[in-house]
Amino acid sequence: MIKVDKLVKRFADSVVLDGIDLEIQQGEIIVVIGPSGTGKSTLLRCLNFLEQPDAGQLTIGDLSVDVTRATRRQILEIRRRTAFVFQNYALFANKTALENIAEGLIVVNRWPEAKAHERARQILERIGLKDKANAYPASLSGGQQQRVGIGRAMAAQAEVILFDEPTSSLDPEWVDEVLSLMKQLAEERQTMLVVTHEMSFARDVADRVVFMEGGRIVEQGPPSELFRAPKDPRTRDFLRKVLPEAPVESPLF
Amino acid sequence: MSILNVDYMLGLFPILVSYLPLTLGMAAAGMVMALILSCCLAVIRVLRLPILNGLTKLFISFFRGTPLLVQLFLFYYGFPKLIADMAGVSVTILGHTTVLPMWLENATEISAITAAIIGLTLHFSAYMAESIRAAIVGVDRSQTEAALSIGMTNGQLMRRIVLPQATRIAVPTLMNYFIDMIKATSLAFALGVTELMGATQKEAASSFNYFEAFITAAVLYWAVVELLAWLQRRLESRLNEAYRR
Ligand SMILES: Nc1ncnc2c1ncn2[C@@H]1O[C@H](COP(=O)(O)OP(=O)(O)OP(=O)(O)O)[C@@H](O)[C@H]1O
Ligand SMILES: [Mg+2]
Repeated sequence: MIKVDKLVKRFADSVVLDGIDLEIQQGEIIVVIGPSGTGKSTLLRCLNFLEQPDAGQLTIGDLSVDVTRATRRQILEIRRRTAFVFQNYALFANKTALENIAEGLIVVNRWPEAKAHERARQILERIGLKDKANAYPASLSGGQQQRVGIGRAMAAQAEVILFDEPTSSLDPEWVDEVLSLMKQLAEERQTMLVVTHEMSFARDVADRVVFMEGGRIVEQGPPSELFRAPKDPRTRDFLRKVLPEAPVESPLF
Repeated sequence: MSILNVDYMLGLFPILVSYLPLTLGMAAAGMVMALILSCCLAVIRVLRLPILNGLTKLFISFFRGTPLLVQLFLFYYGFPKLIADMAGVSVTILGHTTVLPMWLENATEISAITAAIIGLTLHFSAYMAESIRAAIVGVDRSQTEAALSIGMTNGQLMRRIVLPQATRIAVPTLMNYFIDMIKATSLAFALGVTELMGATQKEAASSFNYFEAFITAAVLYWAVVELLAWLQRRLESRLNEAYRR
């Protein structure tokens, strides 16, 4: 289980995360939506300590830390328990697809290379890239690169995989293959926290949709409720802009 | 009598070749030490270590801002003289008076070859530090973030991700500096070292075949540099393998 309490993050003078409370059950699939500049990426980056939060409590499994007092060791541990899938893939440019997936196992988990490569091969098979094991990122399509990015996150055996707009940089032709891999993971009940603008993915796959605005969680609920009957006017406004079919003006009872 | 004394050049060639080991040896020694030193300086600059960063900037500024020949003279004639002159001098520091030991007189006598290698090392490490720093900074930030995200330490991500990628960026420039350094060893001649250039000068002076002697030396330097340029191209294409589409 993952629990975030009163998480605050400031950049210079602006408060980007203004006391976020969020609980994620094991196996839960959560989709975060919201306008641009609302702090969605910052939330994910704080969970992974790519940004140092300014206040709050973070609990991942049996590890619970006051984020301002987290030691170097605890930060490393938190990063190991949360895997990140980047919008721009961020594959290690000097490593092959296989090595990208095996790298963490070898360096962080200290597995012997043969065992790590064995596991990486299994993952490549699951993400449908068995024949690209020795290809370098530069020679892969965007969709293939992002699948390797997801494969790298899968290898980490993290408590949760954080996806920050995993399909936003992709040419339209590659979006489906990435989304269907994510669906496959969701079916296996991999805990996921996904920031995305793919509303159909949110509707079909999410257990819960979280709507953020101005550094706060405005509203959350199962997609069937949140999409059909948003309670907050801000949610309604946002959904009207992003949903192909306009949502209803007011909650239906 | 012909304009060009070809027989003389053919005879001179093997003589000059026998000085290549010294020329290349000085360059190789200088390059190895300059690589080590410049990596340290680059890391100091990248991490902005307090105090050391300022000193490093000063070091780089001085060695890039003054001619190599001046630096070589400073190391061969200047510093040893300065230190030798201090022998037996009494100095007062914080009200405490001591007489500097007499052994200082001979302590810093160094051979011209050593002075040349030290000069080349310091001079080129100033340039190389800046290109290594630029290469490290030039590795995309996303690479560091990805490495951090899976729980790597700073040391691990430097070793496994950043430095290998920085190497690819830095190698072309570093190879150019090595080539420059080979040519710069000829300045050691001014310290009295009989390396390729010194030997050529002696041969030319004793035979009066100035043109033949120096053109032979030039061809020899040129051949070495071309060979290195060829190696450089092969190395670069190997390093670029991972980045080809
Ligand atoms: N490193 C930073 N330094 C200063 N300000 C930042 C930094 N990172 C983000 N911000 C600011 O924080 C706010 C939230 O940014 P964030 O990237 O989290 O938004 P987002 O919800 O992910 O938006 P988008 O949908 O455009 O990705 C923005 O106003 C942004 O300008
Ligand atoms: Mg974002």
